[in-house]
Amino acid sequence: MPGAIIELEQVTRTFPRAQRPALAALTASIRPGIVTGLVGPDGAGKTTLMRLLAGLLVPTAGKTTVTGLDPVHDGTRLRQIIGYMPQKFGLYEDLSVIENLTLHADLRGVVGAERTETFQRLLGFTGLDPFQTRLAGKLSGGMKQKLGLACALLGHPQILLLDEPGVGVDPISRRELWQMVRDLVTRGLTVLWSTAYLDEAELCQQVLLLNEGQLLFAGDPAELRGRLEDRCLQVRQITGSRRALLARAVRRPEVLDGVIQGHSVRLVMRAGTSPPSAGDLQAGPGAQVVPVKPRFEDAFMDLLGGGPGGESALAQHLEERPASQETVVEAKNLTRKFGSFTAADQISFAVRRGEVFGLLGPNGAGKSTTFRMLCGLLAPTSGSAQVMGIDLKASPGRARQRLGYMAQKFSLYGSLSVRQNLQFFSGVYGLRQAGQRDAIERMVQAFKFEPLLGMNAEALPLGFKQRLALACAVMHEPDILFLDEPTSGVDPASRREFWMHINGLVAKGITIVVTTHFMEEAEYCDRLALVSRGKVIAAGTPDELKDQAASPGLPEPTMEDAFISLVQRQPGEGRP
Amino acid sequence: MNRILALIKKELQALWRDRQGRILLIMPVIMQLAIFSFAATLEVKNNTLAIFNLDGGGASVELIQRLGRAQAFTRVLFLHSEAELTRVVEEQEALLVVRFGADFSRGVIARQPVAIQVILDGRRSNSGQVAFGYVRQILQAWLNETPAGPPSASVAPIIVRHWFNPNLDYVRHIIPSLVAIITAISTLIVTSLSVAREREQGTFDQLLVSPLTPGMIMVGKTVPALIVATLQATIIITAGVMFFRIPFAGSWLLLYGSMVVYILALAGFGLLMSSVAATQQQAFLGVFSFLMPSVLLSGFPAPVENMPQWLQYLDWFNPLRHFIVIVKGVFLKDASLPQLWPSLWPLMVIAAITLLAANWLFRRRFG
Amino acid sequence: MRLRDRLRRLLALSHKESLQIVRDPSSQLIALVLPILLLFIFGFGINLDTARLRVGLVLEDTSPEARLFAASLFGSPYLDVRAGTSRPDMERELVAGRVRGFIVVPSDFAAHLKSAGEPAPLLVITDGAEPNTATFVENYFRNAWDHWQQQRASNQAKPGGPLVRLEPRFWYNPAAESRNYLIPGSITIIMTVIGALLTSLVIAREWERGTMEALLASPVTRGELLLSKLLPYYALGMLSLLICVAVAVFLLNVPFRGSLFALLLAGTLFMGSGLGLGLLLSTATRNQFNAAMAALNAGFLPALILSGFIYEIRSMPVVIRALTHLVPARYFVTIMQTLFQAGTIWPVLLHAMLYLVLASIFFLGLTVLKTRRRLE
Repeated sequence: MPGAIIELEQVTRTFPRAQRPALAALTASIRPGIVTGLVGPDGAGKTTLMRLLAGLLVPTAGKTTVTGLDPVHDGTRLRQIIGYMPQKFGLYEDLSVIENLTLHADLRGVVGAERTETFQRLLGFTGLDPFQTRLAGKLSGGMKQKLGLACALLGHPQILLLDEPGVGVDPISRRELWQMVRDLVTRGLTVLWSTAYLDEAELCQQVLLLNEGQLLFAGDPAELRGRLEDRCLQVRQITGSRRALLARAVRRPEVLDGVIQGHSVRLVMRAGTSPPSAGDLQAGPGAQVVPVKPRFEDAFMDLLGGGPGGESALAQHLEERPASQETVVEAKNLTRKFGSFTAADQISFAVRRGEVFGLLGPNGAGKSTTFRMLCGLLAPTSGSAQVMGIDLKASPGRARQRLGYMAQKFSLYGSLSVRQNLQFFSGVYGLRQAGQRDAIERMVQAFKFEPLLGMNAEALPLGFKQRLALACAVMHEPDILFLDEPTSGVDPASRREFWMHINGLVAKGITIVVTTHFMEEAEYCDRLALVSRGKVIAAGTPDELKDQAASPGLPEPTMEDAFISLVQRQPGEGRP
Repeated sequence: MNRILALIKKELQALWRDRQGRILLIMPVIMQLAIFSFAATLEVKNNTLAIFNLDGGGASVELIQRLGRAQAFTRVLFLHSEAELTRVVEEQEALLVVRFGADFSRGVIARQPVAIQVILDGRRSNSGQVAFGYVRQILQAWLNETPAGPPSASVAPIIVRHWFNPNLDYVRHIIPSLVAIITAISTLIVTSLSVAREREQGTFDQLLVSPLTPGMIMVGKTVPALIVATLQATIIITAGVMFFRIPFAGSWLLLYGSMVVYILALAGFGLLMSSVAATQQQAFLGVFSFLMPSVLLSGFPAPVENMPQWLQYLDWFNPLRHFIVIVKGVFLKDASLPQLWPSLWPLMVIAAITLLAANWLFRRRFG
Repeated sequence: MRLRDRLRRLLALSHKESLQIVRDPSSQLIALVLPILLLFIFGFGINLDTARLRVGLVLEDTSPEARLFAASLFGSPYLDVRAGTSRPDMERELVAGRVRGFIVVPSDFAAHLKSAGEPAPLLVITDGAEPNTATFVENYFRNAWDHWQQQRASNQAKPGGPLVRLEPRFWYNPAAESRNYLIPGSITIIMTVIGALLTSLVIAREWERGTMEALLASPVTRGELLLSKLLPYYALGMLSLLICVAVAVFLLNVPFRGSLFALLLAGTLFMGSGLGLGLLLSTATRNQFNAAMAALNAGFLPALILSGFIYEIRSMPVVIRALTHLVPARYFVTIMQTLFQAGTIWPVLLHAMLYLVLASIFFLGLTVLKTRRRLE
């Protein structure tokens, strides 16, 4: 393409012992002076592509050109014009803000008066001026990210490569970062921004959508969304269970994809089909079917060929728990201090039986601390956490027998096979012989593990790891399921399948407590607590929270809009 | 009980299936068996002896011939000047120089007291002392048989018997010590490193949330350590008996019984470290910082009784020090339980203290 | 201008590295705590000289001659003698390890002396489970006997066979104290730990935390990157070399007879090979844990066992003896022991230094070859 600053021609990269190429014959070009999004779930090939462009990896086949230079052969010249921020920002955590900056300034030859001027500008720009002497390891996620960006910006790069800058950063900082990047682009910089958050794609002028090493789409995100114009709708004012309605809806052949959005259900239709009516969906007398604007994620699902559809085989065998309104999980003034830092401050909420309760907040907000106190993994400094009326920290094994727990990053025994993992977790929960065999067999059926049984858990694709982790958590048929960031990094199709199973479990009366930093995922919850800086700043149903944030300028706020506006309403939030 | 069995089974499966785990457990056994048993020796062999003979008589020549035949000296250098003597010692060409004075043979015939100077390299004083012992034996043997006169009263009719190891073979000292060292390494790896790895990977939280109690988790980590360490010890003992032909003198029951106590004592240390270390790197440094002094002060490289008294008291807490005495006692000497009791009860006390402390810490941190 | 750029980058990276050493607890553990612990252990804990050997005496003969001999044993400052009359009792003490050997003065000792003019054979039993100690026990008993005999001969002025005395002279180390060569040797171990273990851990950490990726994307060259790792750890290694030598000389009273120049030169060369090994391992593993394991097996253990610092290289089998030539520590041990005790003996030093130069070239060269300005 003429005028392109980066050209990729049939770029392939394979790694030894990997089952598929990390990048398969990628051809694309990237225009200068705009933000280009490199979008896709974990394992899509985003980081590999970034590294190829920075000259840190050599392509197995194909040709990469950056400003007319080959990153491998002209590395020295190229490095003068590229600013690169690796994942986790590449900062020295035991060096202070100013020491990190000085190091990179020295490396890039920014000295003398120029350095003084640049530091002043960057420190002002990032708001890090007051924190110059703080160690990078002690900065919040948002501040780290800004420091990483500042380091990458030293020495006047023409191209900025940012690898997942949005991970581990609160939504407000994320918005601030986007604002900075847009500023930079107006000054002529070319920015490549990789992300697993599909909603971030909508902020880019150009996207490369990757999945499992394949390029699914390259171009204007609006164009991709445009393909789904008139195919997206929302079912509102539903009577009865919206989960059941979703299950019914996605079984219909014309429905491509469906998700829960608060009290409503969002559906994407297949091309050329007509939308079902509220009656078709048995949505109740007051229900309405309203067309809505397509999102980038809808388009992604369209490219993937739709969601899983159908019903959870996992829940089918489960006995139905009697419905009741009793409180099963309760946090009372939960407080946890680490030294002088208060990670959780006076957190209180109650979860009723059969409810999906979400703890929503960015990384580092205190939701994991709260979650760990609920599960008995961490002792509160003050306050109490009770599950089924008892404190798990002091409880005997019998109470824990009724819990299921799925840890962050799907903690499995990587060197054990799928079967051995299932055997171990069922064994730990006291299942044996016939009972154990049946439970394992059910999991194998429900999650289609049959061909993978002998494989090491660490070799599984991320989506299957997530499934196996869920299987291990529910084999002993717990009453309450604790899920810690259950879908982070997985592709939207796996995410939908996961929630399909969870919805099935909820229908049988199982209580779910889930943490997530994924704003969209909060929509699946019955009730939410928004956690920010160790405090619950708001609680209620997703729609209630969104309504609280609605304003004349923003009549239909997203969950993220709601979060930001609720945080900013907090007293003492005089953030820049 | 079944839950603990599941834990133990998982631990063994994980150890076996994980490449890194396998290497960690197998490498030390092979490396140490191969290198230690051959290389760790204080014997004196294949050395160079230098002779500076200012004496022209027959006595010195005869003695020199005998010295040259000794097994310890494969090479004999003849020196011709004091300067050369200095050079040979300085440049470590010879371990020792035997210097005969000008009137040596005359003195021998005249039955006057004469002296032979032996110059040794102080940089290797231990080998020097051993080699000096050889020279003395050769001299005495010669004096016994010398035709220069009837056997003199100065010749000591001393008969020496080295019990348990007639040829003073170093392997017999090393193999029993290796049994103690290898079991220590694997016990610490299985307990401390595997807990650290589970904490790094997040699976430890899974265990804590399950109905398992901290005590059960401790048992679940200790039993695999027991199994693995006992197996490795058996491999080394077998290698010692089959390959190095060391007769196993004592009671198997006594050996394995005290081995269990020993491994429990080490598992206590391992679990203590694991409750403190959050990452494998920290656990590794902890194991290293614990193991290195323990091995060096175990009596393996140098006897415990040579240490200053205060250090010997401190060393009481070192399980290796006690167990090496037990393995050697059973393996080589057929020692009985009452004879080994002074080494066994400290192990029991250490095991009780460390396991209780680990249990307390586990409960406090994870309970 | 280009040179100034290079120099500035090098200084910046070295400065960063130094800050990290100062701030990281595990670096401090390896660079500070472990060396002191090691020096302390080798200074006090590892002693091959049996200062007071626990031996037994079974006196089956109670004649004045036998008692006289026994008394001569008790006079020795090197022996801690336990007397007994029953052989089986003493044998039990030997099995339990409470004595390392014993001498039996048989019941016909004096009678034999009177009738045959020579004493009945004395029996020495040692604990062969401790071979080195057993040799010492034997030597001590023989020595004691010699002394007694000579004294008797001179007292009685009785004509006998030739009286040949051996006069041992330990050059450099007249009292033949093992710590005088073990402590200089242990400094080699300390330098290996700093060179190989610390360096490999630190660089592997850069890979693990993703900071290496940021560095590689900057204009830093391969040479600058390597040098910036070498210089701070070289300085740290030399610093701890000097501290260790100072501690050895002033606190542990080990004599140092060589020149400081030779010490610094040899230290530099040895750090070259040690750092080369550390860099190589971390570049190859890129993982702190594996790097540490590899450094332990390829650096620490060979330095401890195959360097000749405790164990006799000449007594090892040919294959292992050949292997020791690949262990740079072997040559540094020779240098340290010579410098401490014998002085600056250039022929010995130069020969060992030549090997160190070769080892440095080998390890550093391999590192340069293995280091790519890339992630693979």
